[in-house]
Amino acid sequence: MASITIEAITKTFGTVPVLHDIDLSIGDGEFVVLVGPSGCGKSTLLRMIAGLEDITAGEIRIDGRRINEVAPKDRDIAMVFQSYALYPHMTVADNMSYSLRLRKTTKERIAEAVNSAAGKLGLDPLLARRPKALSGGQRQRVAMGRAIVRHPKAFLFDEPLSNLDARLREQMRAEIKRLHKAIGATSVYVTHDQIEAMTLADRIVAMHGGIIQQVGNPLDLYDRPANLFVAGFIGSPAMNFVEGHCRAGAIATVDGSTVAVPDGIHLAEGQAVTVGVRPEHVRIVAGPEAGSYAARVDLVEPTGFGTIVHVRLLGEDLKIYTLERGAAEVGQPLHIALDGARLHIFDRETTNRIG
Amino acid sequence: MTRKRAVLTVLHRLAVLAYVAFALFPLFWLLKVSVTPTSLLYTEGIRLWPSQASLEHYKFVLTHSSFPTFFLNSTIVSASTAVIVTLVASLAGYAMSRFVFRGKYWIVSLLLLTQMFPLVMLIAPMFKMLSPLGLTNSLTGLVIVYVAFNVPFATFLMQSFFDGIPKDLEDAAMIDGATRFTAFRQIILPLTLPGIAATLGFVFTAAWSELLFALMLISGNQATTFPVGLLSFVSKFSVDFGQMMAAGVLALIPACLFFLLIQRYLVQGLTAGAVKG
Repeated sequence: MASITIEAITKTFGTVPVLHDIDLSIGDGEFVVLVGPSGCGKSTLLRMIAGLEDITAGEIRIDGRRINEVAPKDRDIAMVFQSYALYPHMTVADNMSYSLRLRKTTKERIAEAVNSAAGKLGLDPLLARRPKALSGGQRQRVAMGRAIVRHPKAFLFDEPLSNLDARLREQMRAEIKRLHKAIGATSVYVTHDQIEAMTLADRIVAMHGGIIQQVGNPLDLYDRPANLFVAGFIGSPAMNFVEGHCRAGAIATVDGSTVAVPDGIHLAEGQAVTVGVRPEHVRIVAGPEAGSYAARVDLVEPTGFGTIVHVRLLGEDLKIYTLERGAAEVGQPLHIALDGARLHIFDRETTNRIG
Repeated sequence: MTRKRAVLTVLHRLAVLAYVAFALFPLFWLLKVSVTPTSLLYTEGIRLWPSQASLEHYKFVLTHSSFPTFFLNSTIVSASTAVIVTLVASLAGYAMSRFVFRGKYWIVSLLLLTQMFPLVMLIAPMFKMLSPLGLTNSLTGLVIVYVAFNVPFATFLMQSFFDGIPKDLEDAAMIDGATRFTAFRQIILPLTLPGIAATLGFVFTAAWSELLFALMLISGNQATTFPVGLLSFVSKFSVDFGQMMAAGVLALIPACLFFLLIQRYLVQGLTAGAVKG
């Protein structure tokens, strides 16, 4: 177990900058998820912690010890790869015990560690098999087993579930969470899937363009996204954005409607803003009421549990997530109200949250 | 449907059989001539098997000629070349596949450039270089030349095999506690065995059958390799076919043994290499 401190980390590939001035400290036993779209630098950051990429500038410390120049093998961390990276010529047991054998652990200790890890992951019947003879989910489990046998200071996960089908992914996700609860090891998990990030993380680090956009616990990011990127990235279906200007104390949208400025927010006259509202915070109301809008249903997407209703409103394709079945049919006129307390107002120029 | 398939299968087998016969017939003829006594060679006409077979040519070749020496020389030269080339090419191919380094583009270009000259063009300069070093007329000189000629291609070959092995495997090994070299030795090398076998086989055969340089650089019997030795059966006025064929059959043995040794990896290796280009 260990803490990881990342200080002013910068990375360039040749002349291409990939990470800018990253600061992050990960507490002992914490589960931190780096999330962002492909190319945001999250995997590079993880590989730098692992020692697989050079650090252009800045410092990484594990338990207070600078590890910039320490070889991967001496960092005492374990990593689970997206491709699993199992050694094809070794059995499952050999795959799992490889790190211990390199450390010249005694045979008894190795057998004990492998059996205990195999027990935790339900791998006992597979120990003598080669990776070739395993299914995707089993390979994933072996990769995890290989990581946990040696009780490293920290676990690094590089999109470990991306190659699995949806159901298996859900199952493994829960398993990883359970495993983390049981072992309590410091973990850094990279993914582009915001659901994985939300469900697994103690803390999410949202990244974009090599810059950390926001750090916080999952519900913080959901409830109070720091900028337009985080607002749009976290949550599914994605947040609705409506562009407008502040006019006489309200926000005038492009189609001529207005949105009331939420309490406690002060906007300058004429300021360009983007109003964000999550589909689940848009309500379909029975009839016209104060601050409601009339709209016509454009498209209906049933998801089983809920329904996504698209309407043309405020100059945007606005999505509504409702749990009521049959609430809307295509072409039907609707009255729609925005949940004033749950509006997110962003400055359009800086893209930062105003309130 | 099934009948059509059966017919197709039969036709397919027949075609394969015809090709195998076509490919193996010269070898059979080699064997046939080698056991035909000289007296019957021209008198019996064209027959599939002589009326009387004898091993007299083999006996002569093994006891009264320098062929045992030639064999030894060829084996030494080919095996050394194969081993050295494979060793160098594995390391070079690994570096080409895994590292970005200054001048990589130029080194690759240079390697490619060496493949562009016809050998004949290089004989004179090669001789001129080796002669003052006392490396003409020596097996060492021959090995050096063969290694130099085979390393570039073998490097490309090995590189394509290494390219086929995911980088994640080494990364995983290094995180597991291996140094880069340990990861290379314990993880990457075992997975490249087919590639290594293919390279060994390729280089061994190339060196085993090389005639031009062996002919030009070697003049004395003591360093003559087998292909050059075969030429000694061709004299000004006659060719001793029986002995030549017997020597030829004997020459096949080491090559066959070698391929028998590596064939387990080879089939896998050649296809793997083919897919990777």
